[in-house]
Amino acid sequence: MGFEFQFRAVFAYQDLLIDGLWLTLQLSAAGILGGAAVGILLAGARSLVPRPIGWVIDGYVELIRNTPFLVQLLIIFLGLPSLGIRLSAEQAAVIGLVVNLSAYVTEIVRAGIQSVHRSQIEAGLSLALTRLQVFRHIILAPAIARVWPALTSQFTLMMLATSVCSFISVQELSAEAANIESQTFRSFETYIVVAVVYLALALLLRGLLAGLGAILFPSGSGLGRLRRAGQ
Amino acid sequence: MIRQFTEAEFLFILTSARWTLLITVLALALGGLFGFLVAIARTSQLAPLRALAAGWIGVVQGIPVLILLFLSYYGLALAGLDLPPLVAASISMALYASAYLGEIWRGSIQSVPWQQWEASAALALSRPQQYRYVILPQAVKIVIPPTVGFVVQLVKNTSIVSIIGVVELVRAGNLVNNATFQPFKVFGTVAAIYFAICWPISLLARRLEGKLHAGRAG
Repeated sequence: MGFEFQFRAVFAYQDLLIDGLWLTLQLSAAGILGGAAVGILLAGARSLVPRPIGWVIDGYVELIRNTPFLVQLLIIFLGLPSLGIRLSAEQAAVIGLVVNLSAYVTEIVRAGIQSVHRSQIEAGLSLALTRLQVFRHIILAPAIARVWPALTSQFTLMMLATSVCSFISVQELSAEAANIESQTFRSFETYIVVAVVYLALALLLRGLLAGLGAILFPSGSGLGRLRRAGQ
Repeated sequence: MIRQFTEAEFLFILTSARWTLLITVLALALGGLFGFLVAIARTSQLAPLRALAAGWIGVVQGIPVLILLFLSYYGLALAGLDLPPLVAASISMALYASAYLGEIWRGSIQSVPWQQWEASAALALSRPQQYRYVILPQAVKIVIPPTVGFVVQLVKNTSIVSIIGVVELVRAGNLVNNATFQPFKVFGTVAAIYFAICWPISLLARRLEGKLHAGRAG
């Protein structure tokens, strides 16, 4: 076995790595913010709108959660142009990430909403809170606090899933890895380096989200207790 | 010449689902075995074993499945194993599954009350006997719904292996699309087949979950 690791060849292309990393960060940020917003909106709407519209939301969630992200991307990037909607690879990727994550967030937040006890809502109404106030402070905030750990792991999974965007030629970290590999022929080293970068990103994101949870739902508050109970 | 998307193309995609299913089954069998060892190591009394298993879970859960696929693909090649893509794909999916299943099963082993360990130790059962007769029978009940749920993730993630040339559902879709230029129809069909595989499994997982919690519903 004459194999020697040669990481130097890979690091010679660090510019490509940094470009890819930057795009991965942008995709993740856009996907997480968009997906969380749409998902929370849908979960909220799910508990307010009349039945038939609720079924449509349920159908959307089931459809997305039971098909691969890669196939969703291919339909958006390759399929939509045949209907006259042209998107750049990056636009298609962001739409795909938002669509995909929103379905999971809807499901997770919906479970949180269902866990809010009826008596809480009645108590809120009897304190003369408006329906909107009840929804915001008594239903939604505790629901999100309780499912925060689940949201955290879903966001991390989505950050990792941005690698799939390389299939539609988005030049994020994994795609740049393939570029470096084809120029250096150091396949194994290239992917080890990229794996370490993703690992660091995942740890960073988890830490960031844990910190955000502590800020949004401070430990002295009832919401903080719910957040920790969810762990 | 542009081909039409006819029954023949549909059948080609549909029958390629067998490779998606085969990779899933192989990954589940191999990954389940390895994942079981990971779960046992993770709950071991030996600190180094626990750390090793925790490290494995942390690393695999912290890198994309795509990168794991490339790492094991090139890693196996470097180790001198010249494996057909299907086998390499199944092995990397098994590695992926082992970390997630290991973590799911660790959770259920640890959810068995610790008094059960003490009581069985007091009855002079050896560690393997404790597992075999006391802990695992209780853990298994808790473990089935999330495990079934994970199978859905596994089926969906096998779509990634299309990149190393295994003609499973997505790759078959790509081939047909290159000949017919009807991406909406082609990948719509691919999505429908995935849905037909995954949805029943999702429903089953939810039903099992409901049964598990039926006892404590108030």
